[in-house]
Amino acid sequence: MLPVIGIGSSPKRKEDARFVRGRGTYVADIKRPNMLTGVFLRSEHAHAIIKSIDVSAAMAQPGVHGVYTGEDMKADNVGGLPVGWGITGKDGEPMKEPPHPPIALGKVRYVGDAVAFIVAETDEQARAAAELIEVDYEVLPAVVGLVDALKPGAPAVYDEVENNLCCDWHLGDGSAVEAAFQNAAHVASIELVNNRLIGNPLEPRAAIGEFEFATGQYTLWTTSQFPHVVRLLMGEMVLHIPQHKLRVVAPDVGGGFGVKQFHYAEEAVVTWAAGKLGRPVKWVCQRSEGFVSDAHGRDHVTEAELALDEDGKFLAMRVKTLANMGAYLSTFGPNIPTNLYAPLLSGVYVIPSIYCEVKCVFTNTVPVDAYRGAGRPEATFVVERLVDMAAREMGIDKIEIRRRNMIEREAYPYQTPMLVEYDSGDPRGCLERAEVLADVAGFEERRLEAASRGKYLGLGISTYVEACGLAPSRMAGQLGARGGLYESATVRVHPSGAVTVLIGTHNHGQGHETTFAQIVSEHLGVPFEDISVVFGDTDRVQFGMGTYGSRSLVVGGAALAKANDKVILKGRKIAAHQFEAALDDVIFEKGEFSVAGTDKKKSFVEIAGAAYVPFDYPLETLEPGLEEQAFYDPINFTYPGGAHFAEVEIDPETGIVALKRYSAVDDVGTIINPMIVEGQLQGGIAQGIGQALFEHGVYDQTSGQLLAGSFMDYCMPRADNLPNFAIEPHSTTCTHTPMGVKGCGECGTIGSPAAIISAVVDALKPFGVSHVDMPATPNHIWNIIRNSSARIAAE
Amino acid sequence: MKAFAYHRPDSVNAAVALSSANENASVLAGGMTLVPTMKQRLATPDHIIDLSGIAGLMGVSMDGGTLVIGALTRHSDVAASALVIEKIPALAALAGRIGDQQVRNRGTIGGSIANNDPAADYPAAVLALGADIVTDRRSIPADEFFVDMFETALEPGEIVTSVRFPLPDSAAYCKFGNPASRYALAGVFVVKTGGTVRVAVTGAAPAVFRASDIEAALTESFTASALERISIDASGLMSDIHADSEYRAQLVMVMARRAVTMASNPG
Repeated sequence: MLPVIGIGSSPKRKEDARFVRGRGTYVADIKRPNMLTGVFLRSEHAHAIIKSIDVSAAMAQPGVHGVYTGEDMKADNVGGLPVGWGITGKDGEPMKEPPHPPIALGKVRYVGDAVAFIVAETDEQARAAAELIEVDYEVLPAVVGLVDALKPGAPAVYDEVENNLCCDWHLGDGSAVEAAFQNAAHVASIELVNNRLIGNPLEPRAAIGEFEFATGQYTLWTTSQFPHVVRLLMGEMVLHIPQHKLRVVAPDVGGGFGVKQFHYAEEAVVTWAAGKLGRPVKWVCQRSEGFVSDAHGRDHVTEAELALDEDGKFLAMRVKTLANMGAYLSTFGPNIPTNLYAPLLSGVYVIPSIYCEVKCVFTNTVPVDAYRGAGRPEATFVVERLVDMAAREMGIDKIEIRRRNMIEREAYPYQTPMLVEYDSGDPRGCLERAEVLADVAGFEERRLEAASRGKYLGLGISTYVEACGLAPSRMAGQLGARGGLYESATVRVHPSGAVTVLIGTHNHGQGHETTFAQIVSEHLGVPFEDISVVFGDTDRVQFGMGTYGSRSLVVGGAALAKANDKVILKGRKIAAHQFEAALDDVIFEKGEFSVAGTDKKKSFVEIAGAAYVPFDYPLETLEPGLEEQAFYDPINFTYPGGAHFAEVEIDPETGIVALKRYSAVDDVGTIINPMIVEGQLQGGIAQGIGQALFEHGVYDQTSGQLLAGSFMDYCMPRADNLPNFAIEPHSTTCTHTPMGVKGCGECGTIGSPAAIISAVVDALKPFGVSHVDMPATPNHIWNIIRNSSARIAAE
Repeated sequence: MKAFAYHRPDSVNAAVALSSANENASVLAGGMTLVPTMKQRLATPDHIIDLSGIAGLMGVSMDGGTLVIGALTRHSDVAASALVIEKIPALAALAGRIGDQQVRNRGTIGGSIANNDPAADYPAAVLALGADIVTDRRSIPADEFFVDMFETALEPGEIVTSVRFPLPDSAAYCKFGNPASRYALAGVFVVKTGGTVRVAVTGAAPAVFRASDIEAALTESFTASALERISIDASGLMSDIHADSEYRAQLVMVMARRAVTMASNPG
């Protein structure tokens, strides 16, 4: 028999057999019969009134089947793109939620806003026709920056939204914080920017819409992290297609990072156009088009203060953040800088009171939404920069000040002042192990060696905690979620005993086909090779909320574990009948049903067979077949956390920052597949390094043009930018998830930016630098060194 | 990409004839700039004249005391050429750091200098080494070849066939790459031949240029320390989101110092 490969093993990933041989099936690979190609004409202006659109010349081109504008969709009663979370301002008013038409109506609001959709036999014909569309624009002044957008007299992204303010939101006890600040021995403060990021998954987005006249059935093939949610949002809110008449398929997807967890306009447009034309319509995003149409991430401006007593103990924290929404609210846009941000501001520390205000602001930029970490890297960056600042100002070592304020392992469960209750964790344990991995003790020697070469070495630290496993539905509902956030799994045991898992999460690089198979192999004793995992098709999988927020294992894996329990229970009932034993006496262990103290035994395969050939079977009380389904709604978030150290070397002549060492110790709870977890951490850390050192979605502040609109100007981290990382787990068990898991997908991205910047600031200590905004590019660092040197010389 | 007619002539003369006979024709060497711009519909030639069918445009040889590199010689071949490594190692090293491996496997020296991208590496070598650019109709000294951003002394339809490099006593190239594109933000090629020093700078200005102050200082003393009191005027340099002109001016001096040190201590 093939082996059981269970929890804690690192088998090679099942999915890699097709991925590494180029045999995956991505949306762009799919060809439907009679398929047409669609391209979007997009706005080159950041803000303009559409006075008229003349599509007649484009329509007359050979091969062109349709040219559609926002007016055409409106005439067909197509709805706007919905927002999945609604937040409420501190005045009790709901957020401003202007309509978001799939193709612009009357006005364009960012460079990249869709203006028309052109469908032709070939891509070349569609692009040639697009060039013939005449749009008469009245160009308006644009507003890009957060601070600028709130100024009186700023260009209005929406006439009906005063001061471009979508929502003025808050969390925490403001008066308790005020009182604590009154009594503080020291107040540390910081102003910082969290830079705009563009996710750029390897596979650009793509979608195919299809309509079958005979049955009235629509199908959408899309690069999505959550096909069931797309079916719900697009079917119910946008195109008014009944759920049972709409199938959404997200096949192999080449990376998501959040960029693909929204319902995008293009999905609705291709599906609608397929219905109009009666032929499948395919759109594949160009890379440069993705830069101006994929939702961006981050983009905050923050002022924060920390009150401390004379021993450096934290008393209270006050945070004011401006968060860019872009020109329209994306699916989760307003939720990210509020509900996924403010509740994490306690970090791993005891901070008796915290107050956070967030102003969500419209600008003439691409909509901003979740990007790996989503709100939690921003919160971690604020907390950790502020702690570094306090340590520096009070003359306390920056590791020591963290030790003094950490939540002790025994203090869990720990109720923070910001809604959430951490169930488990060991920040001190993570920190102590990370200090060893990072060889903090040897740093001074390395610093002196670098100095002898004229280089500046810096050591940085970050601790973090995150909330993942989205989400307890009831709590999410109280925070403004407009849908549940549970997950579902079906375990289909075939007559042979082989198993197919149908699960509502989506695998786009995380190794779910492997991890979930290990869980089944462990629980049911079924050989790893005899298990397949199916996802990404609303006609095959019962339901699901998809993959984001490090939820797949935490919530989906929990549903799977519950379904396994149901399979075992039913198997025991069948076995009890065959053994003529009481149910309570039948045990299931290592793939075998038995009665304690007897030699009665049946294998899982035998019982599975009996379920489908029910001759010796309790048919009076039990249905035949062996297939069980479970839905799991978590009772709390999970709270992975950890401690990261970074070491950078700065060349003062060029300002270049070289990352020399990176060490991470993370508490992700129970680990199913150590290799996959390490891969998730590696990738997450690399992306966080990208934010800290390289990536910046820069707009021209006047014209609203995206200046970093291609890989020529938008700098992704590359292998030669990265040292080998020292990564180790330090797990505590989650007290409320079935397997004790916490999730690991976002840890690296959350912990690393603050660690890197801490190291950069440390390296620049001789220049009197206390903070450096991201990304720490060579020009940026050189300017800081030059200006500081000039200042020091003047003094 | 817009549809175009494809031609693959077997001689330089045929290529020149095709170029003058057809309106809106582009010559294709390695295609490392032309093809991406065509894909983005920024370049929409009606005719592509592919030079890859012409024999004799590829390869490296010595002609007396001159190193001759055929216009269609790939960057990777220059980087790996034993002859180039022996005669002008700095040139081989430069070729080995152009773009990435895929670009080096396709891109050609002729295509690079004819395109004259302000941040390309080869123009710095060609100008600093005082090479001659040989075309289908004449030989053009490097000092006259590079005119302005994406602009050269080439006439319409004129095709580069080879580049002839005199051998220096010592030379080195140092560049600081744009973190995103890896093109040079500032690249400095330093050459010493007898008592003459030539220094060419790429990436920093709208086109490659010779840095006369640096040349003068190095002529006096070919040492990095000779450059310590010199700075370069930032006003003529480019500014963008990666590097402002002041920073580029700094990088030019740093790269110049490092290049001099490298040239003085080969290997």
